[in-house]
Amino acid sequence: MITKAPKIDRRSFLIGTAAVGGGLALGLNIPFGGGVVRAQDGSPEITAWVVIRPDDKVVIRIARSEMGQGTLTGLAQMVAEELECDWSKVTTEYPTPGQSVARKRVWGDFSTGGSRGIRSSEEYVRQGGATARTMLIQAAADDWKVPASECSAANSVITHRPSGRTTTYGKVAEAAAKLTPPTNVPLKDPKDWKLIGKSVKRLDTMDKLTGAQVYGADLKLPGMLNAAIKDCPVFGGKLKSFEAAKVKGMPGVRHVVPVGESAVAVVADTWWQAKTALDALPIVWDEGPNAKVSSATIAEMLKAGLDADQAFVANQNGDAKGTIRGAAKKIEAVYAYPFQNHAPMEPMNATARYTADRCEVWVPTQNGEGAFAATLAASGLPADKCEVYKIHPGGGFGRRVAHHDYVTQAVLIAKQMPGTPVKLLWTREEDMLHGKYHPVMQCKLVGAFDAANNLTGLHMRLSGQSILSDVRPAALQEGKDPLVFQGLNPAGEFAIGYSVPNLLIDHAMRNTHVPPGFWRGVNINQNAIFLECFMDELAHAAGQDALEFRRKLMSKHPKHLAVLNAVADRAGWGKPAPQGVFRGLAQMMSFNSYVAACAEISVSGGNKIKVRRIVAATDCGYAVNPAQIERQIAGSFVYGLSGLFMEECTVKDGRIEQTNFNTYDSMRIAQMPKVESIIMPSGGFWGGVGEPTICVAAPAVLNAFFAATGKRIRTVPLKNHGITLV
Amino acid sequence: MARLTINGRTSEVDVDPGTPLLWAIREQVGLTGTKYGCGIALCGSCTVHLDGAAVRSCVVPVSAAVGKQVTTIEGLASGGILHKVQKAWLDHDVPQCGYCQAGMIMAVAALLKSKPRPTDADIDAGITNICRCGTFQQVREAVHAAAKA
Repeated sequence: MITKAPKIDRRSFLIGTAAVGGGLALGLNIPFGGGVVRAQDGSPEITAWVVIRPDDKVVIRIARSEMGQGTLTGLAQMVAEELECDWSKVTTEYPTPGQSVARKRVWGDFSTGGSRGIRSSEEYVRQGGATARTMLIQAAADDWKVPASECSAANSVITHRPSGRTTTYGKVAEAAAKLTPPTNVPLKDPKDWKLIGKSVKRLDTMDKLTGAQVYGADLKLPGMLNAAIKDCPVFGGKLKSFEAAKVKGMPGVRHVVPVGESAVAVVADTWWQAKTALDALPIVWDEGPNAKVSSATIAEMLKAGLDADQAFVANQNGDAKGTIRGAAKKIEAVYAYPFQNHAPMEPMNATARYTADRCEVWVPTQNGEGAFAATLAASGLPADKCEVYKIHPGGGFGRRVAHHDYVTQAVLIAKQMPGTPVKLLWTREEDMLHGKYHPVMQCKLVGAFDAANNLTGLHMRLSGQSILSDVRPAALQEGKDPLVFQGLNPAGEFAIGYSVPNLLIDHAMRNTHVPPGFWRGVNINQNAIFLECFMDELAHAAGQDALEFRRKLMSKHPKHLAVLNAVADRAGWGKPAPQGVFRGLAQMMSFNSYVAACAEISVSGGNKIKVRRIVAATDCGYAVNPAQIERQIAGSFVYGLSGLFMEECTVKDGRIEQTNFNTYDSMRIAQMPKVESIIMPSGGFWGGVGEPTICVAAPAVLNAFFAATGKRIRTVPLKNHGITLV
Repeated sequence: MARLTINGRTSEVDVDPGTPLLWAIREQVGLTGTKYGCGIALCGSCTVHLDGAAVRSCVVPVSAAVGKQVTTIEGLASGGILHKVQKAWLDHDVPQCGYCQAGMIMAVAALLKSKPRPTDADIDAGITNICRCGTFQQVREAVHAAAKA
């Protein structure tokens, strides 16, 4: 998932923190001294990121969204590292987007996608901690009338070294909050980190074990009604009519209302009543111009793009086409990747309360500011009359980052009953039919060899959907969608790991009426399958070992090579595997991290795959919490392998055919391979963690399947080939 | 009106007897730890115990729960002491987003009653809940840890 990150320069951050004295306090009407920003309980804010309570409790503000990936804990570690506070006294809270806007975006970007939660905020959150530490020390020094340089802090305790006097953060917080924040406080050298790099436990586990954690779907407000919704199942279609009278008398039903141009909602005392009435509601749709579109017509359109003259070029050196024409040997293959739904466990939902001068929304979101923008647009109210409260999401995976269609719907419903809070919850079916789908893509690859079996040319032609064209057209580069080329670029955070003398990678954009979205990893997933499976095909054609063949092309890409070598070594590549076990490799660079996997599988009956083990390596630059990184690696494989084996959204009569987990399956524990993670941060850069590894699981398994059976599978999901994961 | 006994407490719920137990628990009794995920008994997010056995409450009508003991995630700990499965989950930092975990924990707690020392094969056969975050590796570790506790 990539969404455009606005640049936050340090100057605006510091101005923001310096200006808080005159800014809008987080708390309301708390009668303490002036000039200090206060949290809701009256405790003073030291910097925007740090509130210290008199009992030494430390509240760390988290702007990014925790959706399971552990970013809340990781970001708190970053602030606490510089703050030198007692980790056992740390709690966290989310500032709201409305507060952030009112304080000139003091908390920076809220968007939590593109594996960016930590790597794109690491500097300013550490700065927030360091600045607060400096102020706390200064306050103690002022009190003791000693130079601050003679004082130091550790574990929330400040010590005046010459005298041995001590005090605690809680005791000096009030005085510290009154100081003008210093600028350019130096950050620690990574070698001095004590908390960053440590596998501390997550801060948000307990409530998830007892049922106490409130998700968006669990929200309760006084006087709240519940809404169920149906949007036109054909994308681009509209609501023609509905017979509200048929369901108005059903238990609990309060309202039956149109929502925008394409949807209708039943609002009732309980959600089950609303859903039951909605199921009974006669609805007529105007299915519009897309009612004849099918998976077959979309596939034809993409296929034509594979040989189209016009395409956007992302990576080019030498003369690939000429080299291929004159090649001693030529290998060609066509791959395809389907639409897929995110299917987070918690279906889309949002709760809204609207009056003529205030609109509030409670929503599980990966981007509080995106939800805020949707609230403004749907309510028609200005920013100072709107607020969004982020509620813990039951999964995100990109569905809740760039699209807030459910927020728009909730506000449009609430507007029709001013003053009444309305919780809109989608059914799983609605969630399946109205996703923002993993884009469809086909790929034709042609490789050229000279007489000595050296790879001399490679043309990789992508044909398919662009997410940015739909989501953020302004981000296109003269029509080109740069995100299509994740993992295939000549340089940057998605750089290809191979040097080929004559290379051409281009994209024939073929958009569909099915709305695309960011989906954990997104384009890196299919690009990894296309590139890494084809590398295996080329190695096989050249009669060379898949690892040795790759190594020859990777000498100028030492970090890519290092993770590949690491998994090969750990898995025992080149040594005999146990009887009936076959191995496959893959590597990519993704979200500024270098990742590789070696899968070990066995195949029974020719079509039942057991993934026995995956050795996975990541070089993410700095590893903030290795235990959580391990969980992200293993978890990403569940998402990636479910996608590989089971998941496809097909289109018939303009709509998605799959409506629930019975036709859109997900891996279970019995199918889970043993995942061995190698976390090998080499330092000097910050790479992502939540998504990168997802992409290497599928090609590693497909390459192992070839090793086991001699069969190349070039289209996903494997269920379409009669292959199951056991 | 139906009388339900949930976590040892009796509640009168005014719903159509065909209403799924899940929605009576969430919307009538107000215990929201039990989650809606699919509505067709596939994902297991709504798992509760009915007289000690794990059931998927999204397809169990309220009428089928009358006269039985319903246990939800909120009732698993007793006297402020975490159930051994919850404890193992805490020790192993199992949840990610956590949405499926109430159902997962309830399914595991029921499994351990019938199989106090489950093998990996027992876990594979007995735990079929969906977790999209992919916590399975930690789930397996934590099940074994809970069994030893």
